[in-house]
Amino acid sequence: MLKDTDRIFKNLYNDLGWKINSAIDAGDWSQTKNIIIKGKDSIIKEIKDSDLRGRGGAGFPTGLKLSFAPKVLGSRPHYLVINADESEPGTCKDRDIIRFEPQKLIEGCLITSYAINAHTCYIYIRGEYYREGQRLQEAIDQAYKKNFLGKNACDTGWDLDIYIHYGAGAYICGEETALLESIEGNKGQPRLKPPFPALIGLYGCPTIVNNVETIAVIPTILRRGAKWFSSLGKPKNTGTKIFCISGNVNNPCNVEEEMGIPLKYLIEKHAGGVIGGWQNLQAVIPGGSSMPLLPKSICETITMDFDSLIKAKSGLGTAGIVVINKDQDIIRCMARIARFYKHESCGQCTPCREGSGWMWRMLERMAEGEATYKEIDLLYDVTKQIEGHTICAFGEGSSWPVQGLLRHFRKEIEKRCHDEPVIKKKSNIPYLVDQHLMEKDNA
Amino acid sequence: MSIKKISKVQPKLFEFNENNLNKVKKEIKKYPKERKSSAVLSLLYLVQNQHNNWIPLVAIKYVAQLLNMPYIKVYEVVTFYSMFNLSPVGKYFVQVCTTTPCMIRGSKKIIETCKKHISINPNELSENKLCSWTEVECLGACVNAPMMQINQDYFEDLNDKKSEEIILSLLRDEFPKPGSAKNRKNNAPENGKTTLLEIKNA
Repeated sequence: MLKDTDRIFKNLYNDLGWKINSAIDAGDWSQTKNIIIKGKDSIIKEIKDSDLRGRGGAGFPTGLKLSFAPKVLGSRPHYLVINADESEPGTCKDRDIIRFEPQKLIEGCLITSYAINAHTCYIYIRGEYYREGQRLQEAIDQAYKKNFLGKNACDTGWDLDIYIHYGAGAYICGEETALLESIEGNKGQPRLKPPFPALIGLYGCPTIVNNVETIAVIPTILRRGAKWFSSLGKPKNTGTKIFCISGNVNNPCNVEEEMGIPLKYLIEKHAGGVIGGWQNLQAVIPGGSSMPLLPKSICETITMDFDSLIKAKSGLGTAGIVVINKDQDIIRCMARIARFYKHESCGQCTPCREGSGWMWRMLERMAEGEATYKEIDLLYDVTKQIEGHTICAFGEGSSWPVQGLLRHFRKEIEKRCHDEPVIKKKSNIPYLVDQHLMEKDNA
Repeated sequence: MSIKKISKVQPKLFEFNENNLNKVKKEIKKYPKERKSSAVLSLLYLVQNQHNNWIPLVAIKYVAQLLNMPYIKVYEVVTFYSMFNLSPVGKYFVQVCTTTPCMIRGSKKIIETCKKHISINPNELSENKLCSWTEVECLGACVNAPMMQINQDYFEDLNDKKSEEIILSLLRDEFPKPGSAKNRKNNAPENGKTTLLEIKNA
């Protein structure tokens, strides 16, 4: 278990108070000037050495991403954009950072902005987090008052302004290019890549987009050194991570732990165990709803880091762990996730727009026991048609959980399926009808 | 799901009040000079705040004029994002999260309570016109499931009894205290922390 002294987010439960003075007492904003004086290259090198990987889901090496920004400021300004559009089902870590550790995020913004030559930073926060946004604005105002932001921020000679931009309830705006579209005042539909935002991003200018947690851990890494950070966790999967444990556990909670911690330990020690005991465990979604679920047999031994989970054909994602016990209908749980994706598809690419609805309707049929054997293979085929055929990763995000269900719970589905299509016998089943007809009143 | 059905009853006129006009200036200032349209989302929020939590068509035109945007562009934005309502909602707008993490902890019961006390169908006003409810996708408070959002506040760690109490007090025109229904400390485990044990309360 991680020692308390090695935890980065000491105020995760708001024991110390979130205001700037408490944050300074707890160690934020110390040596910030000394870190920045060392220079851009030294900051980026230190982050590279720490092997920090992005905490927003994809796990891209952060140091490498920062180094993509042009080294010299050209005619166009550079931007830093923080992704606080936390909407992945099962994930609620950024909310706590914004509520209780806002100064870590703001300090991280200053250091990162300096490293990538940005004088303006936008924090894109989801519209539902209205209270959290207010709190963050207060924290930003407090930082301005102490001259940590604005002209000559923190006495470093660097100017930085931070603005909050509220989203308005679209999951897809968590995708970085959709997020940029949304800031520009358009509907949030992802852009084709390349060009990557690091060269052509917000308003056509070089832009680095990073998750809240990634930016919030950077000041501590630079203060305590890359060596300290990379000594935690496993090689290439270093450091600490906030895990959100929800679902059928006795004590759902957020907890900061070392990367590579065994999943079973995490659930038993911090979340008070599965409701009904470990024997009652059915499956676990390890990294937010986009990641394929893991059956109990894998959960016994799996460790929570990017590479081990990829080996188990899943992923760490955002580390939002959803525990599902045997009292739940696993097909219905996945059908609900499919409905989420159907609702949130932006509608730009046909495979995703149409396919997400197909998957939902087929899973509903399977849960009701009105599907045929043939449809199981058909469903798998649909997921394969979506995966890799869309502009953004939403296609993968929506089809992987269904593939995971088919991989591990095929028998469960087969038990409920028939040889004869029910539709021939009974045509009055509402979810067999096309969605747009069903929602006529709501359209 | 939000209401994308356009209300049949539409006001003829909409203008920001002075307080909101100042806010508009502030919002536009956040972005580069040529990029006024970036402020469209925040302006639409201001419209919703001023206009009983929904956006009439005249207001869409008004916002388009303020930002030098084509009307249809603002219309596109309003209909894309789920937090903008195009028809009236209750003074207390109850949004119940029913995505999987909340579903497996019993959000279905909260929906039943809403149906029983507010209205049978979502997005309909209650008899006394004070409340309306709807189902929404993940609100990002999964370790506090099941939960719901009423206007701008989160109500977390609900159970059948607690959610019924909350809804009944809304119908009496009283706004209950937001936060955890179990008096649990934020996102810490309910029966005591397992980490950060040496940190004392401030």
